[in-house]
Amino acid sequence: MPPTYSENSRELAFQEAIDADRTVEPRDWMPDRYRSTMVRQIAQHAHSEIIGMQPEGNWITRAPSLRRKAILLAKVQDEAGHGLYLYAAAETLGVERRELLDLLLAGRQKYSSIFNYPTLTWADVGAIGWLVDGAAITNQLALTKTSYGPYARAMVRICREESFHQRQGFELLAELSRGTPAQHQMAQDAVNRWWWPALMMFGPPDAESPNTAQSMAWKIKRVSNDDLRQRFVDMTVPQAGALGLDLPDPQLHWNETRRHYDFGPIDWDEFRQVVGGQGPCNVQRTAVRRAADQEGAWVREAARAWEGRQQGRTSAA
Amino acid sequence: MTVEAAELSAVGIHEVALALGDDCLVLSHRLAEWTAHAPELEEEVALANLALDLLGQARSLLTLAGETEGRGRDEDQLAYWRDDREFRNLLLVEQPNGDFAVTMTRQLFFSTYQELLYARMAAGTEPRLAAIAAKGVMEARYHLEHSRLWVQRLGGGTEESHRRMQRALELLWPYTHELFEASPPWVRAADVGALPPPTAIEEPWRHSIEALLAASQLEIPDFRAWQSGGRQGRHSEHLGHLLAEMQHLHRSHPNATW
Repeated sequence: MPPTYSENSRELAFQEAIDADRTVEPRDWMPDRYRSTMVRQIAQHAHSEIIGMQPEGNWITRAPSLRRKAILLAKVQDEAGHGLYLYAAAETLGVERRELLDLLLAGRQKYSSIFNYPTLTWADVGAIGWLVDGAAITNQLALTKTSYGPYARAMVRICREESFHQRQGFELLAELSRGTPAQHQMAQDAVNRWWWPALMMFGPPDAESPNTAQSMAWKIKRVSNDDLRQRFVDMTVPQAGALGLDLPDPQLHWNETRRHYDFGPIDWDEFRQVVGGQGPCNVQRTAVRRAADQEGAWVREAARAWEGRQQGRTSAA
Repeated sequence: MTVEAAELSAVGIHEVALALGDDCLVLSHRLAEWTAHAPELEEEVALANLALDLLGQARSLLTLAGETEGRGRDEDQLAYWRDDREFRNLLLVEQPNGDFAVTMTRQLFFSTYQELLYARMAAGTEPRLAAIAAKGVMEARYHLEHSRLWVQRLGGGTEESHRRMQRALELLWPYTHELFEASPPWVRAADVGALPPPTAIEEPWRHSIEALLAASQLEIPDFRAWQSGGRQGRHSEHLGHLLAEMQHLHRSHPNATW
């Protein structure tokens, strides 16, 4: 059925509001495609937070000092907290957290592919903080100005905590880099493994990114994948120097004409493979999530039954 | 006649701080094992919070234990370079997580104990132990509230949750007697008023647990084959595995800093 006149005029008014940089709020009218794009994006972000607890949580019980253990535990707890606000932000669009979790478990919604790589050594905790959180912040700072109000506001709060995590990751690696030769090597090995996947976090090149144009027009996305990736590289290269660690790209160099760093080609076949479910940990991450969900079902059911009984008691009184 | 209260010796402080610090460290480790496996996202946050609070208490207590020992050991040397026979924690806290009912029952037993102990220790004669307890008691109250609520929900929830709760009580009940054993360090500390006598917290502990279980349709297990030995370094098999995991990286790089 073609859109009616009134739908067209609503859509025009919606676009005008966006063009005037007004935020979209939960009760505002919005096109169905805007709503579904926002739900998908916020859910994917929320899922990334909770799946991301696994690779880092992997090192809590083995953290090599009690101070580092406390920092890591607090960080992973923040991720659970971010998951909570983001699911709540998605719920303002008329979906339920449970539905979204079911879509995740059914493989019908995605999470950031970066978490399909394993954390093999303690230095990976630092590399995730420095590179993965660094890439996430680059992306999320742009999202603090995204058009959907609840998401933009959640981003402000999350960015603050993420910057803290990034500094902690940097500091962890700095300690290793200037530590014993074995520690230095552990740090270098982690950076070698995480650098390219971190660059892939910004998504495919603009020319191959089908959603970008509409998302830009709606100001869901404010900066393109390639521009964000370049920002991240420009920010990170000097930090690697300060850490005394090499980035595993022989083509990386400062381009005086562009006033940016040039970098080598990204292996997009690897990216597609991991996004498509064939990464080193895709099966494991989903299996752990599913097991936690299934093993917790009786607990959630008991809580609901008890809650129901309490309410029954109150209303009977 | 007034008697000047005797002070707890450095050795006495060391022994108490080590035992209580080990309780916190080991239980924090167990709670952290839940990361990414909790039944609900809110519970991920709550369990991590409990683990963090206990880790913070462990760090203060082990630091104090190191200072009063006089051998120059800090929190990390005490946490990472002692073997299981040198750990002084209760057997209760090293018991595996089991299902969520087991974890919450263990927490209920421990937090009820810790809250009673810290409240009195905070008013005790040893200022450094009192300071740690004064901060810790606020945390213990929150942990206690959390575990009490879950025991009620599980006890009165569904048939399955009730069955699992009752089974968890039976599994962990044998470890509760050790909480109130008059170990020599405790007796020395109680003699000078740094800690309450164990009997002073045993009675309120039983009263509190019995009342909660009765209100949650749960039964006190009829069991008397008590397990103990943790305070003397005689542990269950579980602790060795826990420490192997906790200590391996630190020990693989002696003299490294992190």
